[in-house]
Amino acid sequence: MTHTYVDGNALAGPLADLFAVDLTTAVLRCAGCGRTGPLAGLHVYQKAPGLVARCPGCQAVMVRLARTPTRVHLDLHGTLALAVSLPS
Amino acid sequence: MSIVTPGFHGRGRPAADLPPGQYLTEDFPVLSAGPTPRVPTGSWTFTVTTETGREYRWTWAELLALPAETVTVDLHCVTKWSKLRTTWRGVPLDTLLADVETAADFAVAESYGGYTTNLPLADLLDGQAWIAYSYEGEDLTAEHGGPARLLVPHLYLWKSAKWVSGIRLSHDDEPGFWETLGYHEYGDPWREQRYQGD
Ligand SMILES: [Zn+2]
Repeated sequence: MTHTYVDGNALAGPLADLFAVDLTTAVLRCAGCGRTGPLAGLHVYQKAPGLVARCPGCQAVMVRLARTPTRVHLDLHGTLALAVSLPS
Repeated sequence: MSIVTPGFHGRGRPAADLPPGQYLTEDFPVLSAGPTPRVPTGSWTFTVTTETGREYRWTWAELLALPAETVTVDLHCVTKWSKLRTTWRGVPLDTLLADVETAADFAVAESYGGYTTNLPLADLLDGQAWIAYSYEGEDLTAEHGGPARLLVPHLYLWKSAKWVSGIRLSHDDEPGFWETLGYHEYGDPWREQRYQGD
């Protein structure tokens, strides 16, 4: 069966509208199962009214992102923590 | 830059009998916000929960034993495709809710896999909504929401919850999965109610 999702790099461009740092190497902790891993490892479902990124371990929704003509909506309630490396 | 990708199946020709901003498609695009739930009919149930917590539950066999209707309706997705004259078979919500004691004004449809969507209870009644288990004469496939989905064709298709597991009735309008992410609480395609504030 073909995958119906793409990898978490699909979030990097849209998140760049909101965050001043590059999030492609950010590490996120799943609120559902506690698994920690990089943004790029998430399963992103994009054939939908918005982007839905799920934990590769438990499939819980970790990030949701939708753009309307006037706003960007970001929901991170499935993400317990987000760690971003600072430029050295 | 585009986050949402309306028209990712390619733009069809516009048609006069479409709601504003929609284009016609002949195929049936599969939209999904997660892995496709595979729910065996042997363990499938449909539960109506009232505002007092009372539950009314049907098994698959009990659903199939209820009087069903065949309806031909147009579908309008908020990602801008419309598909006309689709034929479904299912049980009207009027039948399932007939003996349910409630004073609620609102409903939340809940799905296997965790999806939710909210709508006024009145929009589920008077021949406007069905629990559909057949599409174009065939069993409804899991990709399109089988074994059974909610069908509320007068609203944008995100209201027609795939893999429906129940309806929760409430005095309050509780926004669902897309309604909490900027989409309209009601979603009338003829008034182009795509987003909050439309
Ligand atoms: Zn998880």
